Amino acid sequence: MKNDRGDIELAGVCKSFDGVTNVVDGVNLEIADGAYCCFIGPSGCGKTTILRMIAGHEDPTAGEIVIGGQNVVGLAPVQRRTAMMFQSYALFPHLTVRENIAFALRVRGQSKADRLRAADAMIEKVRLTSFADRLPAQLSGGQQQRVALARAAITEPRVLLLDEPLSALDEQLRVQMRQELRRMQQELGITFIHVTHTQLEAIALADLVVVMEQGRIKQAGPAREVYAHPRDRYVAEFMGGQNVLSGRVEKVNGASFTLAQAAPDGIEVPLQARPTVSVGDKVDIAVRRDDVALVRPGKELPPGCTTSLPSRVLAIEYQGYFVKVMLDTVPDDEFVAYVPEKAFFADPFTVGDVVMATWATGSALPLA
Amino acid sequence: MQPIPAQSPAQSPTPSRSNLAGWLYVSPLVLVLVPFFVAPILVVLAASFFATDGFGGLTPGFTLASYVEVLHSALTLKLYLATIKFTVLTWIFTLIIGFFVAYFLVFHVRNQLLAIGLFLLCTVPFWTSNIIRMISWIPLLGKEGLINQALLALGVIRQPLEVLLFSDLAVVIAYVHQLTIFMIVPIFNSMARIDKKLIEAAIDAGASRFDIMRLIVVPMSKSGIALGTIFVVSIVMGDFFVVKVMSGGGSASVVSAFYEDVGVLQYPTAAASAVLLTLVLVAIVSLILRTVDIRQEITR
Repeated sequence: MKNDRGDIELAGVCKSFDGVTNVVDGVNLEIADGAYCCFIGPSGCGKTTILRMIAGHEDPTAGEIVIGGQNVVGLAPVQRRTAMMFQSYALFPHLTVRENIAFALRVRGQSKADRLRAADAMIEKVRLTSFADRLPAQLSGGQQQRVALARAAITEPRVLLLDEPLSALDEQLRVQMRQELRRMQQELGITFIHVTHTQLEAIALADLVVVMEQGRIKQAGPAREVYAHPRDRYVAEFMGGQNVLSGRVEKVNGASFTLAQAAPDGIEVPLQARPTVSVGDKVDIAVRRDDVALVRPGKELPPGCTTSLPSRVLAIEYQGYFVKVMLDTVPDDEFVAYVPEKAFFADPFTVGDVVMATWATGSALPLA
Repeated sequence: MQPIPAQSPAQSPTPSRSNLAGWLYVSPLVLVLVPFFVAPILVVLAASFFATDGFGGLTPGFTLASYVEVLHSALTLKLYLATIKFTVLTWIFTLIIGFFVAYFLVFHVRNQLLAIGLFLLCTVPFWTSNIIRMISWIPLLGKEGLINQALLALGVIRQPLEVLLFSDLAVVIAYVHQLTIFMIVPIFNSMARIDKKLIEAAIDAGASRFDIMRLIVVPMSKSGIALGTIFVVSIVMGDFFVVKVMSGGGSASVVSAFYEDVGVLQYPTAAASAVLLTLVLVAIVSLILRTVDIRQEITR
């Protein structure tokens, strides 16, 4: 029975190589058919191992991997109808582009004419027609990546697995190939699972971002949710763009609570994600860097801001459309404000200036 | 990975100085090769054109008489055919054994330390001299040897097999035993450089074990196979000792013929045979190099 559904379910998946430590430690996840899913985490967090287990190049120590409603543990990659695009591509160096792409059809016993026709159609799709007879070593990084993609896609898999597909490319090409990946995914209409350690890549591409740490999933959700509403300190710091502050709850007043901090009156935080706090709890909160406004001491705070923290400017980095201002607001954590370029240069600060860092009270997010 | 520009324009300010440096770099090799390789070959070449008085005395001059004699002799053709037979048989067996031993070491032994250990094990026969190694075949293959005794005890045969020792079979066995390592080393070397991810990518594409061997491993080990072939072919074709000992004098090779010539002081004929054999070998080696671009494969 041919089943084209590419939805994936991981249930209690564990992997241990040495029998002592779990590289992947009880992962549960559902990925919808046709979704673009990014696994993200620092190296050694188990994301590649998960990918290889879905691909069938590694067997889980425990748990089930279900693709299209069928438990695929123990099946060969071909039987799973998955295809993998390897890190640094693993193109066959002695075969031309066309032969590389036709390889899977060749070992499936397709006739030469058929497989070369299919390969040529795929070559056109990835726009490599004029390079079809070259060897991989004669191609640029971006072209090699497209060959690898075409080679993986030619078997019409229901799931395509990409292991750090963009890490071998330089910055500019990476952005370009990123779009190409997304375009191919939409064109093929199949599930893509993409492993990366670059936050920007993940949130730019994915329908589902899965943040991992030490073999466990820390948060899984749509890109915007993971970026704007990180569940805990780890996710907030790893995804970036957030200032994380910690302190003890000073008092709880209805819809908000106050966090004791360097500010004379404490930090007011709305109660939402974390409904139960009591006085004395140690709590982390996140404030987006682009929500932070800097005001000179004595000046009036912008509307909606109730908290302001006196800070000294430690460093300033011009980033083009915004200016990154690093502050000593909190003693242990770094605190950064992304100030829009125009606002910054209307009244520029210099290193050493004392400013008040403030933000709209509603934008502070308590973390788990 | 980058193609190396064939000839980059000299970067140094004075070309003559960079030339000097180049000569200095090659001088050690030249100092070894000229007196110990080029000169003897020239001597042999010259001797092959000299006339002889039949008692070891050489008359400098130029005559093709020795070549005519060698080429006209029916023995020459017979010896070449015999030698080529040994060469082909040895090549086939060393290639098959060498390829699979290297394949096993590279792709099936996961522990690298173990792989190196097993690899060193392959070199154990070389810890002792060639002569000892050949004599050691006698207790195994001889009339009263282990194999014959075992077969007799099992009742498979009634008479001890004579063919085991002092025969063409024995010659091939000795060659294979001696030369398989020359196949293993270069093939191991080129296989070890195959990225394991390529094998995984092939599995991912649905390739069977045999497909991987046929479409990935063999084509990518070509340079090693070619190098091993050159070693084995040139050693077997240039040998007379193993043939003489292991065949018990029953078989001869090209080289044994001119060894005999030297023994009876026929230096020009011996030299002419040597030159002829060198030409044949050069032709074979260049044929191998033509099929496999070793230089390109190695820089890859």
